[in-house]
Amino acid sequence: MDILEILLTAGFWAATLRIATPLIFGTLGELICERAGVLNLGIEGIMTMGAMSGWMWVYMGGDLVTGVLFAAFVGALFGLLHSIFAVHLGLSQHVTGIGITMLASSLSYFVFRMLLPNATTPPKIDAFDILPVPILSEIPVLGVALFMQTPMTYAAFAVVLIVWYGLYRTPLGLAVRMVGENPLAAEAQGINVLGLRTGAVMAGSALMSVGGAFLTMSAFDAFFFGMINGRGWICVALVIFASWRPGKALFGALLFAGIDAWQVRVQQLPGVTIPYQFFLMAPYVLSILAMIVVSRKALYPKALLVPFRRGERT
Amino acid sequence: MRLEPRQSTPLWMTLAAPLVAIVAALVVCAALVIWAGEPVLHAYGLLFKGAAGSRFALTETLTRATPMILTGLAAAIAFRAKLWNIGGEGQFYVGALTATWLGSGMVTLPPWLMIPFLLLAGALAGGVLLLVPAILKNRLKVDEVVTTLLLNFIVLLIVNYLLEGPLKDPMSMGWPQSAPIIDEGVLPGIVARSRLHLGFVIALAAAVVTWAIMRFTVWGYEIRAVGFNAAAAAFSGIGVNRTIILTALLSGGLAGIAGVGEVAGTKGYLTLDLSPGFGYAGIAVAMLATLHPLAVIASALFLAGIYVGADSMSRAINVPTYIADVIVASCVLSVLVSIMLTRFRLRWK
Repeated sequence: MDILEILLTAGFWAATLRIATPLIFGTLGELICERAGVLNLGIEGIMTMGAMSGWMWVYMGGDLVTGVLFAAFVGALFGLLHSIFAVHLGLSQHVTGIGITMLASSLSYFVFRMLLPNATTPPKIDAFDILPVPILSEIPVLGVALFMQTPMTYAAFAVVLIVWYGLYRTPLGLAVRMVGENPLAAEAQGINVLGLRTGAVMAGSALMSVGGAFLTMSAFDAFFFGMINGRGWICVALVIFASWRPGKALFGALLFAGIDAWQVRVQQLPGVTIPYQFFLMAPYVLSILAMIVVSRKALYPKALLVPFRRGERT
Repeated sequence: MRLEPRQSTPLWMTLAAPLVAIVAALVVCAALVIWAGEPVLHAYGLLFKGAAGSRFALTETLTRATPMILTGLAAAIAFRAKLWNIGGEGQFYVGALTATWLGSGMVTLPPWLMIPFLLLAGALAGGVLLLVPAILKNRLKVDEVVTTLLLNFIVLLIVNYLLEGPLKDPMSMGWPQSAPIIDEGVLPGIVARSRLHLGFVIALAAAVVTWAIMRFTVWGYEIRAVGFNAAAAAFSGIGVNRTIILTALLSGGLAGIAGVGEVAGTKGYLTLDLSPGFGYAGIAVAMLATLHPLAVIASALFLAGIYVGADSMSRAINVPTYIADVIVASCVLSVLVSIMLTRFRLRWK
C-alpha cells in the first residue's frame, strides 16, 4: 500500500470520524465559551472529568444515554465553578482555567481511586455499539466510513448544526455573541451579561465533558490515567484555527483527525523507519502550525479575557 | 453582589490572604477525607507527620521542594510580565535532557567547572525552548498559553524517542533510561543519609537572585511594568518585545535548571518519569506565593510537604494519594479569591 492509497480506504475515513468526535465536542464547547468572552482553560480537566464520570455512571449500573447526560451535568457544574471565578469575581481567566483543570483532573483520579481502590487492570463497561444507519450504510466505502459509527459521533455532527443555528439564527445566540464582543452595549440593551456568560460557560463545559465521555464510553470502554493527553489543549488551538466559527471548527477537527488517522496507518507501512514518537507528535506540532497560519487574521472576540463589572468603564 | 475597589490594602491583609486561603482549601478538602471514612484531624495529622514529622520526612520534603522552587520562580517571573508560560514541564525536561547529553560522558571537566557548566547549559536550553512561544507571541500574536502547553507534549515525546534510541543506556537492561551523569557532574549531597543535594542551595540562591532582579534592577522594573500595563510601558519607552524575550529566557532558564538538578542531583540519570509534574506544580507554587520570588520558597516547601505527606498518609489510611493534587488545586483557586478580596470589597445589596 502506498502513502496516498490509505486515503482511499474506508477504514481511514471511519477512523477520521471517530478520532474527530471528541475534538468536535471539545472545540464547540470552547467556542461557545470564548464567543461569550470567556477563555476556558479548564477544558483539559473537564474532559477528564467527563471521561471519568460518564464511565463511572455506567460502571455503577446506569445506562449509556443517561451516562452521557450525567457527564454533561458534571461538566456544567465545573463550568459554573469556572464562571464564578472568571465571570462573577472577574479573576484572570488564564489562571483560573488552569486551576480548574488541576482541580477537575485530580478530582477525577481521586474519585476513581476511591470508588475502585483495588483496580489494577482497568475495569470495562459495555460501551456504545456501532449503529449502522439503515440503507445509507450499505453504500460501498462511503457507507462504512460515514454511516457505521457510534451514536455519539452522529450526535457530534448534530451538535455542530445546533450550535451554528443557535449562535447565528436565534436571538439568544446573538446575545451570546454580543456579550463576547461588546458587553457594555449588550447591557444597555437590557441583556444580563454575567448571567449569559455563566450560561454559555456552563453549556460549553457540558459539551467538553461529553467529548471526554466519548473516549471512555464509545472509543474505548475503560478509564485510564492521563487519557485526555492534551486533546483539550488541541481544541483550544482549533478554536483559534476556526476563527470562532462552528462550521470551520468541524472542518478543523476533521482535518486534524484525518492527519492523525493517516499517520497511524503510515507508521505501519513496510519500509517506514521514522520513529513512532515523531508520528505521535503530529497533532501537537500541527496545532502550533495551525495557530501560526491563522495568526495574521485571527479576529478574537473583542471582549475575550476582559472581565465585566457592572458600572465600571473599561 | 457587587465588587468595590479598596482604596488601599493593609499589609496584614496581604500577608494573611494566602494563609487564610490555605486553611479554606484544607477545610474544603476535609470533605473528601470524610468521604473516605477517616477522621479528618487524624488524616491531616498523618499528612503533617509524613511531611515534617521525622528527619527522613523533612529531608524528603526539602528534596521534593528543590525543583518546585525553581519551576515556581519560572512561573512567577513569567506571570509578572503576563507571559503565560504553562510550559515549565517541557523546559524542565529539555534542561534535564541537555544535562544528560553533555554530562553522561560527552564532556569531562573538574567538578567545580562541570556543575556550573551543566547548570548553565540546562538553563540555556530551557530558555531557548520558551523563546519559541515568546517570539511567536511578539511577532504574530500567537497565544503562548496553548503553544507552551503543546510544547510540553512534544518535548516529552522527543525525550521518549531519545531514551529508546540514541541516549539509551546499553547497560540499563532494556529500561528506557539514559547512562548516568558522570561523577564530576553529580550535585553533591548536603545532608548525610538523605537525598538532599546541592540543588536545594542553588534553588534558594536563585530565589534571592530573582527577587533582587525584580526588586532592584531596571530589568525587574520593566518586567513588572510590561505585566501591569504593556501599552503604558511601551508609551514610556520600554521595549515591550525585548522585555518579553528577556522574561522568557529567565523563566525558561529557571525551569531548565530545575531539570538539571533532578537529573544530576536527585536521580543521577534521565527517565521519562523524572518529573511527576514539577512544571505544572510550579504554577501552583507561584500562585500561592502571590508571584513573590521569596515567598516562592515558603510556598514550594508547603506544597512539597503536601505531596510527600499525602504519599505517606495514603500508605497508612484509606485516602488515595491524589488528595495531594486536589489540595494543591484548591489552594490555587482559593488563593486567587483571597487576593482579590484584598483588593476589592464585596458589597451585597
